[in-house]
Formats: sequence, structure tokens, C-alpha cells
Amino acid sequence: MADIRSVFAGIKSPNPFWLASAPPTDKAYNVERAYKAGWGGVVWKTLGEDGPPVVNVNGPRYGAIWGADRRLLGLNNIELITDRDLHLNLREIKQVKKNWPDRALVVSLMVPCEEQAWKAILPLVEETGADGVELNFGCPHGMSERGMGSAVGQVPDYVEMVVRWCKQTTRMPVITKLTPNITDIRQPARAAHRAGSDAVSLINTINSITGVNLDTFAPEPTIDGKGSHGGFCGPAVKPIALHMVSEIARDPETAGLPISGIGGITTWRDAAEFLALGAGNLQVCTAAMTYGFKVVQEMIEGLQNWMDAKGHASLDDVIGRAAPNLREWQHLNLNYVAKARIDQDMCIKCGRCHIACEDTSHQAITAMVDGKRHFEVMEEECVGCNLCVNVCPVDGCIDMVPLAAGTLDKRTGATVSADYANWTTHPNNPMAAAAK
Amino acid sequence: MADGLYADGIAAGRLPGEDYEKNFADLHPPLDGHEARVEADRCYFCYDAPCMTACPTSIDIPMFIRQIATGNALGSAKTIFDQNILGGMCARVCPTETLCEEACVREEAEGKPVQIGRLQRFATDAAMQAQRQFYQRGAASGKTVAIVGAGPAGLACAHRLAMHGHAVTIYEAREKSGGLNEFGIAAYKTPDGFAQAEVYYVTAIGGITIERGKALGRDIALAELARAHDAVFLGMGLAGVNALRAEGEDVDGVENAVDYIAMLRQADDLGRLPIGRRVVVIGGGMTAIDAAVQARLLGAEEVTICYRRGQEQMNASQFEQDLAASKGVAIRHWLQPKRVIAENGRVTGIELEYTVLSNGRLAGTGETLTLKADQVFKAIGQSFDAAGLNGSGAAVALTGGRIQVDGEGRTSMPKVWAGGDCIAGGDDLTVSAVAQGRDGAESIHRALAG
Repeated sequence: MADIRSVFAGIKSPNPFWLASAPPTDKAYNVERAYKAGWGGVVWKTLGEDGPPVVNVNGPRYGAIWGADRRLLGLNNIELITDRDLHLNLREIKQVKKNWPDRALVVSLMVPCEEQAWKAILPLVEETGADGVELNFGCPHGMSERGMGSAVGQVPDYVEMVVRWCKQTTRMPVITKLTPNITDIRQPARAAHRAGSDAVSLINTINSITGVNLDTFAPEPTIDGKGSHGGFCGPAVKPIALHMVSEIARDPETAGLPISGIGGITTWRDAAEFLALGAGNLQVCTAAMTYGFKVVQEMIEGLQNWMDAKGHASLDDVIGRAAPNLREWQHLNLNYVAKARIDQDMCIKCGRCHIACEDTSHQAITAMVDGKRHFEVMEEECVGCNLCVNVCPVDGCIDMVPLAAGTLDKRTGATVSADYANWTTHPNNPMAAAAK
Repeated sequence: MADGLYADGIAAGRLPGEDYEKNFADLHPPLDGHEARVEADRCYFCYDAPCMTACPTSIDIPMFIRQIATGNALGSAKTIFDQNILGGMCARVCPTETLCEEACVREEAEGKPVQIGRLQRFATDAAMQAQRQFYQRGAASGKTVAIVGAGPAGLACAHRLAMHGHAVTIYEAREKSGGLNEFGIAAYKTPDGFAQAEVYYVTAIGGITIERGKALGRDIALAELARAHDAVFLGMGLAGVNALRAEGEDVDGVENAVDYIAMLRQADDLGRLPIGRRVVVIGGGMTAIDAAVQARLLGAEEVTICYRRGQEQMNASQFEQDLAASKGVAIRHWLQPKRVIAENGRVTGIELEYTVLSNGRLAGTGETLTLKADQVFKAIGQSFDAAGLNGSGAAVALTGGRIQVDGEGRTSMPKVWAGGDCIAGGDDLTVSAVAQGRDGAESIHRALAG
């Protein structure tokens, strides 16, 4: 069976699945339940500086969006960092680490953007025996108004400055957690890397409002008639997270920097995709908050099954394998031609492919043939856009079939070339580097 | 002599009192809000949706389901009522398994169609419970239209005519409106006085007068109606019942299924409604099923449907047949009634002959079977009773014993339209009657406006 033991930034865990810093990791009770359920590690919910803890709202802390059958697709929160006493947390961390020596225990931190504040808290964490720290430069709500969280993560210079303070102060591995609420995710990653961060983790939550109550005209979640933007997470954010992870994984300036992948990981498949795009391990929160800690068992099992089936012996065989296949658009092969093909035996004749193509795309799918309801691709019109595949309710009913080199593309009248050719040399490109 | 379940002959009170309410409760309980949302989410919002094509009233089903999914039940109800003002009843009684739900692409995909009928009920119930009226009576046109029959066709016709501002008088032979909705459908499909509630809802638009106890040919004459009104719409349904053509059928205990169902529907206390211990129902359609199932629900010990052809030829849908089987009704095929056996003028059994199809024709084999029976229900179809029609004076052409109409519902007699079960080529469905009533009204309106 595939070996999924993980070593991330020097931190060992029996599997790559950690619980992200969030409500599920706020205290010993939850963390021990998580370890019992099989989680490889946790990032303890963010600790703040010594003194009176922050307070949370006493109304709703979460909002959500749902898909069919009220399946939770995205979750938003306005909860702050831990509202428990610092020393209580530290005592529990120490005890839990002692009880569970084989599991990873990383402590998330967020203190004011002052050298003294960071240098004061790090030794306290070190004393617990925790495996590392994660710097929370991500939370976009509440704490950011106080100059912490994403307010730091959005300014690469601050990221670099704080990471440097931490690296000067502690022997523990430092993971820098990044906010996605930024234009170019590589900038804060590079800053963290310059300052010697041992790893980055991303994404933290995305600024969001999940809805508006149309009776009261209040944004949701609503506290006494008012709302505040919160951090969005869950399955809906996965594509954004995958992209940001891959951006850092491919960036030559941060080559080799371990990445902890976070953002909507719900199944083993999601996890494998993050690994393939360059994540070294995985952090999960919403899936656990939706279904409980047991979901990790499916993730572990599923990942191993897939690795066994594909002959991947260890995580290193998987990590980053898809990253080289991510290219800039201009380097995609314009001589590749694919056409949609509808499997008539699988087609249930809902007609969604037709109407999507007819109304909004290329008028390339029939609705009626010889007086009968019949949906078929007209190759002479099909540009291979894949919209029909995406709207079809039957998995596998519509395929994109590549045309073999030498065959005729009925739409363009040209013969499909076996040669690779991209935009950089295309005659329509005024900037084309003409190959002479 | 035994009481209750095992009382011989035809007897009332076969069951403990509380069983009647339970037995005749809603066959398909209403969906609650969550169930409706989940079910609505299953709809694919098909292009040129097959369900919509399969609906005789062409309700925009994907749209009304989408409106439910988005929490807009009243908007959904309006989408339904725009095409079918009796959408509430149709939601309950339509054989959806052979109409919209059979056409649903989910039926093809997974053998489990979206429950369109129950969703339609969810939306229409919401509007009716909120007493929300979506339509206003049109500005008075000065024209008057007479409608014969306050059943589904007549009500749908009246509502659409009222929308166009015509003054409508409906003449109803019975003392209660609703037609088969009130008198002819199994009680468990439309409990709690829904048929009357719907009559009220439909006529609340105004401009519709219903005169009850007025039968064509008895109290009113067609020629007189045509003279006194700008147009007439005939929607009187089928008053006749086909005979068994079995020897000795004119004895006590041999009854028309439709009459028994009508009696059941009007009964205040089902515990006082007599039913046989052993009941045989002759026929293979919905009425046969409705009679047989209700006989069981009233406590009949043995109920057997005998149909002269095979299972595939039964007019009752598979769902209805399964329903009957689940209620303990035995369905026997290839048996035709030969002779009713009676003692002292009361039925005690029925002799049936086995049948076969030979060269496409049904023929008796000569072999017979005798079933004990305290009560025999005839459910072998109804016929149009033309006596009241041509007896009125003017001739209305018939085809196959029913009123002949053109594509717009016009009869051969000027100013007279017809729709519902009384016309030739009908399929004896409530929903088709509604469509014909509605379309007849539009045709009348065009004629009156022109």
C-alpha cells in the first residue's frame, strides 16, 4: 500500500491531512477527537498576544451558500482568533502534544505587527513542544481592521519583516499563511521566502458576503440587523486555491518552498489535485465542519487507493506532477483540435447541450433530426468549447474527442497538423516572433 | 351471523370507525417545503421539455418547478394556472405516470422521474391556501355564454371566458358543481372537499353564475340556450353506462361503478356505506380500479377485477394497477362476464368465460369460471347520452356516439362548442377536458370578437 507519511517543512505526520487553524482546533477536546479520528496533524486555532482575549459576536458567526439538496458549497465566517486565555491554550497544547507525539501540532499566531509582540509569544509556544508555528497573515475580517491578519498579508514588505523577526527568534519551523485577497499571490510568497520562511500555506479565506436578507435588507450573517464581510471557504473556493497554489509552485523565485495546500478540500480527489499542483501537504476545515472529523478516513483511504492503482509509492511521486503542465495561454497548442461527441446511448434528451450551444455559443448541436428529438454535434460548427460537456447532467455522456493529425477539421476546412504551434508564432499575432 | 369484516352480503360498518379516515386519507400526502425544494432541485430545466409536450394543457413545467426551487411558490402557481386553472385537481388526479412523468428525462436516466404532480400540488396549494387570485374578470363585453356542465371542461371554459369579459351561466344537472371531480374520482385522491374548494377558487374571478339542478333536455333546451346566448359550450360529460351484456344482470347488487363512487364521494359517514363481502368489478380502466380499491378500503374481504383482455391492454396505468394490488385487489385477465347468478333477486355470483385473441379478435374459449359475489360493479366504460341534446330540437352531429367537433371545439351546430368527455376522440382525462374547455373559450372569444 502507498506510503502517505508526510514530512512537511521538517514536520512529520502519519498522513498529509492536517486540520487548518479554525474552530475545529480551538481546544484540546476537539483536537484529541480529531487525532482519534485519524487526522495527521492540526494547526491550533490562532493565538493572540497575552492579556484579555478577543471577544466574538454572540450572534451568527457563519453564513453559507448551498447547492441542490442544501449541500453546503461555501461557508463564510466572521469569527476572530481564539477567544480563550493564551495560557490555557498553551497548557493544552503542551499536554496534547505529549499525548500524541506522532501527530503534527503547529500553532497559528497573530499578534500586532510589532517586533516585540512576536518575540514575546514565540518562546511561549516553543516551550509547549509544538512542532512549528503558522503566521496568520490571512484572516480578512475583524482582526484585519486592527492591522493584523490579511492587513499584513496584503503588504509583502510587512510579510517579509514579520517572518524575519520570527526566524530570528525561534528554532521552530515557520509557515507563513497567505491571504488570497491580493492581486498576485506570488508577491507575498516571495517576501516570505526571502525572509527565510520554511513554508507557506494557502489560501486563507476570501472576502465575502454570502447573501442579503430580503425582508430586512441586512447582509448575512446578520447580527442585530447588520452584517460584516467574512472569510469564504469550502468547496466553492477550491478552483481559486488550486490556481494560487500552482502559481507559487511554478514560480522560479520560490522554487523548493514547501506549500501547504488549503481551500475547499473535501475528498481524496481534491487532496490529490492539490498535491499534483505542488502542495506538500493539505489542510482541511470546512469538510470537517460540515461532516465531522470522520471524513479524513475517506480521504486517507481514497488517496492510498488511487496511489496504489496508479503505482505511486509515496507522496513525493505525486507532489508537483501537474505543475509543469500548467502553461501560459500563449503556449497552448493551437493545432490541437477537439470536437464534442454525444454518446447517443447515454443521452437522456434533456436538451441542455443544445440550448446552451444555440443560445450562448456556436449553434453546433441539433435539437431535432428527421422530426425526432435528437441531439448531435455538427462538427462543421463545433469549436470544441466544452460548454456542452459542462452543462450535461449525465457524467460521461459528452466527450471532447481530439481530431487525429491528418484529418479534416470540418469547421475550418483545414487538415489537422501534427505539429505544435502556439500564439507566439501565429500569423494573426502582431507581436509574433516570426520564425525565419 | 358474523359482523364486520365477515358479514355476508352487502353490509355497512365492516371496519372499526377510525379505519375509514385512515384508509381514505390522501394517497399522496402533500410535500412539505423542504421536500418540495429537494424534489424541485432534481429538475434539469430541459430545453423544449418533454414533460411539457406530454401535458395536454402544456403547462410550462420546467419553469414552475424552477420557481418552486427559488422559493417562489406563488409565481409557480401562476405559471400553472396560466395554462390550467384546474391545476390543483390535475395535480391530484392526473395519471402523471403516463403523461409528464413518463416523459421526464429522469425517467429515462434513472427510472425515477421528477415528481411533477406532487410539485404542482405544492405550488397550487400554496396559492389556493393564500386565496391568491391571479386573474381579473375582463371588462364586460356585453356577450353571454351558456355552458352545460360544471365539470372540468365547463369550469375551465367559464374561467377563460370570464377573463375575456363575457358573462357566463353554467347549467349543471346535479345539485353540486364539479362534475367528475366531485362525483367520480376516488376519494383518497381528492380528500377534504378539495373539488368544491376548487370550484370556489375558479369561479371567484366573477362573472360566472352556476345554476344547479338544470339538466339539458329536462330543464333546459339547447335551441333555447343558443337563442338566448351569444354562444353555448357543451361540457356535460358522459351520463350513460355501458351494459355488461351478461345474462341476468338486472338483479340487486349489480351496480354501476360510477354511481357507487358518486355515492361514496357524497357520503358523510363512510362507516354507514354498505359494501359487499365479496366484490367483483368488471372492467380494466381507472373507474374499475377506483371502485375496486375503495371497496377494499371500505372493508370488502375479497375484491376481484375481471378484465376481458390482457394486462397490457388495461386502460388503467401500471401505477393504478400496482396501487390496486397493494390494497389487496386481485386483478384477473382474459375473463368476460357471461351470466350473473342470483338467488331471490340478489346477486350471489358471476360466471365468467375465458377469452383469447384469435386473429386480432377477442373470442370466448367456452371454458368458464364462477366467482362468488355479493356485489358486482360494472366499469366497462361510459357512453354519451344524446337524448337531452337532439331532443332539444336542433341537430348536433355525433361521431362514434359522441359529439363531433372540429379543431377549435366547434360542433356542427352554429354558436355551439363542446369539450370534455362528451366529445368524440377524447381520452377521458380531467386534464384534457380542461384543455378543451380553455381552448373552446378562446375559440368562442375569437368568434364573439370577430
